[in-house]
Amino acid sequence: MTATADKPATAVVDTVTLTIDGTEVTVPKGTLIIRAAEQVGIEIPRFCDHPALKPAGACRQCLVDVASPGPDGNLRAFPKPQASCTMTVTEGMVVNTQHTSEEADRAQKGVMELLLVNHPLDCPVCDKGGECPLQNQAMSHGRPETRFVDVKRVFEKPLPLSSEILLDRERCVLCQRCTRFSKEIAGDAFIDLQNRGAQQQIGTFDEDVLDFDGYRPVGAATVDEAGKAFSSYYSGNTVQICPVGALTSAAYRFRSRPFDLVSSPSISEHDSSGSAIRIDHRRGQVLRRLADNDPVVNEDWISDKDRFAFAWQNLSDRITRPLVRKDGELVEVSWPEALAAAAAGIKAATASDDEGSARGAAVLTGGRVTLEDAYAYQKLARVVLGTNDVDSRARSTSDEEQAFLGSQVAGTGLGVTFGELEKAPTVLLVGFEAEDEGGVVFLRLRKSLGRQQVLTVAPYLSRGAEKLGATLVPAVPGREASALAELPADVREALSQPGAVIVLGERAAEAPGTFVAANEIVAATGARLAWIPRRAGERGAVEAGALPGLLPGGRTATLKGAREAVAKAWGVESLPTAKGRDTNAIIEEAAEGGIGALIVGGVSASDLAGDVATALGRTGFVVSLEVRRSEIAEAADVVLPVAPPSEKSGTFINWEGRLRAFATAIRTDAMSDHRVLDLLAREWGVELGTATVEAVNAELAALGAASSTERPAAPKARAAGKARTKKGTAVLGTWHQLVDEGALQDGEPYLAGTGRVAVARMSQATADAVGAGAAVSVSTESGTIELPVVVTAMVDGVVWVPTKSPGSWVARDLRATAGAIVTVKGAA
Amino acid sequence: MSGSDDVWKVNRERDGERETFESNFPKRGPFLEALAPVAGFGVSLRNFFRPTVTEQYPKVKNPTMPRYHGRHQLNRHPDGLEKCIGCELCAWACPADAIYVEADSNTPDHQVSPGERYGRVYQINYLRCIFCGLCIEACPTRALTMTNEYELAGPTREGLIYEKQDLLAPMGKNMLAAPHPMVPGTTDGSYYRQEVTGAVDEQVEWVREHRPEDPTLPENRTAEEAARG
Repeated sequence: MTATADKPATAVVDTVTLTIDGTEVTVPKGTLIIRAAEQVGIEIPRFCDHPALKPAGACRQCLVDVASPGPDGNLRAFPKPQASCTMTVTEGMVVNTQHTSEEADRAQKGVMELLLVNHPLDCPVCDKGGECPLQNQAMSHGRPETRFVDVKRVFEKPLPLSSEILLDRERCVLCQRCTRFSKEIAGDAFIDLQNRGAQQQIGTFDEDVLDFDGYRPVGAATVDEAGKAFSSYYSGNTVQICPVGALTSAAYRFRSRPFDLVSSPSISEHDSSGSAIRIDHRRGQVLRRLADNDPVVNEDWISDKDRFAFAWQNLSDRITRPLVRKDGELVEVSWPEALAAAAAGIKAATASDDEGSARGAAVLTGGRVTLEDAYAYQKLARVVLGTNDVDSRARSTSDEEQAFLGSQVAGTGLGVTFGELEKAPTVLLVGFEAEDEGGVVFLRLRKSLGRQQVLTVAPYLSRGAEKLGATLVPAVPGREASALAELPADVREALSQPGAVIVLGERAAEAPGTFVAANEIVAATGARLAWIPRRAGERGAVEAGALPGLLPGGRTATLKGAREAVAKAWGVESLPTAKGRDTNAIIEEAAEGGIGALIVGGVSASDLAGDVATALGRTGFVVSLEVRRSEIAEAADVVLPVAPPSEKSGTFINWEGRLRAFATAIRTDAMSDHRVLDLLAREWGVELGTATVEAVNAELAALGAASSTERPAAPKARAAGKARTKKGTAVLGTWHQLVDEGALQDGEPYLAGTGRVAVARMSQATADAVGAGAAVSVSTESGTIELPVVVTAMVDGVVWVPTKSPGSWVARDLRATAGAIVTVKGAA
Repeated sequence: MSGSDDVWKVNRERDGERETFESNFPKRGPFLEALAPVAGFGVSLRNFFRPTVTEQYPKVKNPTMPRYHGRHQLNRHPDGLEKCIGCELCAWACPADAIYVEADSNTPDHQVSPGERYGRVYQINYLRCIFCGLCIEACPTRALTMTNEYELAGPTREGLIYEKQDLLAPMGKNMLAAPHPMVPGTTDGSYYRQEVTGAVDEQVEWVREHRPEDPTLPENRTAEEAARG
């Protein structure tokens, strides 16, 4: 937590007192008239004004009569009505809105009439109809009859800006909210005002200057300000803030009307930011998701993945009833039969054989489940199955990372916050791409563009980092620790400024020694650490103890005292003492036939570099808890259906350590993982106590955070040596793009169209050395990926490919992670 | 004594009114008073000499008044494209929540109504409908009107939820079943202004190419249908 003692208890704010419609109001200096009016409950109609965007005064709908004291102290009225969204208040100002001034009312009605002159009034076919500020304000401030009898301006409609965003220029009132959002907030300007007068329109940039640089989206797209094909991860926000129906999304086009929809507040399951969203659903089906306003987390914005990726949960491969394998086929059975079959199968598979040796059980849970679910998984593993082999990290892992998470993350409460990240003078990103892996973290960093120095330890400066004005600290993938150790003195000095933050991403686990090196910098500079994983459930799983070496609250599983404290709280005699194995070790062991039973929930096999197919095949008994028929579910002996996030309640813990609880949006009879595991444990006669979210939270609260003596020791690891690449090989660099082929983005073709085309990146020297032509093949012993080459200014001897984009599934095809040596050849 | 009697009594006492009831009707004379027990037969007697009003339904079905609110109908443009654009204003206006609509995009290969949008799902639940006609007033394209058909009863609940195919108007003369492209050179506005008067050769050709078996093609129409128009 930040020390607040050095700040004055009450900040002295200069205030201004003015009169609006006869009501006196005192507001901070610099407040806009329109905001001051809001404070006394006077609503002035507006289109272009948005609290998160800079004032524009574009639509002129908010005209009011203003008078302010002149030099002689007498009140002097402005000769014409003024736009209240651009004018700041002054002492003694007298404002008369449409409620008290006929002049202001007449002006507003006139502006409304002009705005409607060219508006097509096609409300019945417009997606905004029913929730449209123009429609509402035309009713409240417009004329009942139109006087315009001539032909309206027409444009071709709709104009697709990308596969997801459609522009209908006829409906546009030129408020410029979209262009201002794109320039000020997201940094992906793609449309702007063109022409003058009646022909003025929002238009796209000149398509003749298309310069393909490897950021081309999969789908068709227009060209942005930089002459590049438009690909933004935040474009959906423009649809939400458009005050008319000029910008619509292909996914929600003509789907429903606002009065059809039931809106439920929720939390996005797509990244570790825990963005507040609103789920709009009809008849048990999610139709769209919108950003909710949460000033301390996501402000008004969410990423397109948060907004559009929800179709996965209602695809045709959804599992609604338990499945048990009978004669090699998965058949639907009742819940009691499936639970009994699962328990019997696990018991048989882990029983001692004739020689008295037994194979153990293990639990894998991907980082997507909630805090409560993760808690139930690890409790089942430790209490029922008697093993510490439980891991929630379906990605690269290291013992160093676990030690870091246990000693510095778990049970530490709220750490660095979004607000502190925004205000930090210096931010050093290590193993973390803000745009691709952070979602709204990127928007917060970009908000401080020009006021903040961003440094990124990466093989090259990505476009997202460029938009943050970041400086590259070049590093060979997997060798970030050496880059940190050799950090230039000026960077260290910048990190010594109060409030500086070092951000460690989930890929820090791929580079040995990174956590140690980061801790050394922290010790030397006093900078603060923030761990920002990619998946929504990662932080919650750390808190819940769903890691092999960690019990709930950051207690280390290898310390007797910590184990006894947890065993006492759980009412069991003892907890397993054997050192637990992480995900990759479990898969390895299983592939050698060393695991008796495996419980898997929320894991995509294609995210793991290990040989998952063999591992599942050689494991005695596999139980899968899944929403859809995944690869793992297809190979399982028993499949228990669980609820997707919109059909359950629970808590995600975002990277700040903030609890992001959400309620059930759609009531179905699908059960959460923790409830299913509670039922499963009863088959052993064990009361797991995880039947409800409340029960789990009560247990977690009773357990509390670990004391310093119960925590693991600080991470210790040696940095990896210099990468030895031979001729024709290179070090593999890779990370997930925000919009890619992840399992939670299935079934949404319009969103997939905005994802970036997979390319291989390498420096000119590397390309020459390996003889890369237009395309290149990257291969390991396990497989090959062929991608077009984009020569990028980057570290030599490194080839970068996206982790799970179309045609580039690194874990499945290469069975390699960042830092591995891969063979690179030119391809046709 | 029941509770309501108590209330009655208490109210009476509070109002200070008399307990007895006094009729407002004029008092009858002694002669009529004596005939009162058989006065009811007079009513029967009087009606012997009046014309009968009994309707022989269902043997004889009398036409309703022309503006009778009967079953709904989804109309078509003269070339056969549907008028409904799936705007859901009817569903919005419905006080009984009897209408359910889902819209979708028209595509060049699947043009159901003029313009961008058409109603993919259209259901009216006649167990809920109160035949008030607010939906008809709300319809911006005059797609939804009411017929005079009043025989809306059935043995199942499902059967009384009418789907789009149950509600669509029959194909008239010169009409071609949707989907097919709009008349070349027209916009949805032209349809709205009734500038389209029937299916043109291009549309017939398109349907012939894509659905040669379509019964609304001129060559597939039976003589009987053609005569009916």
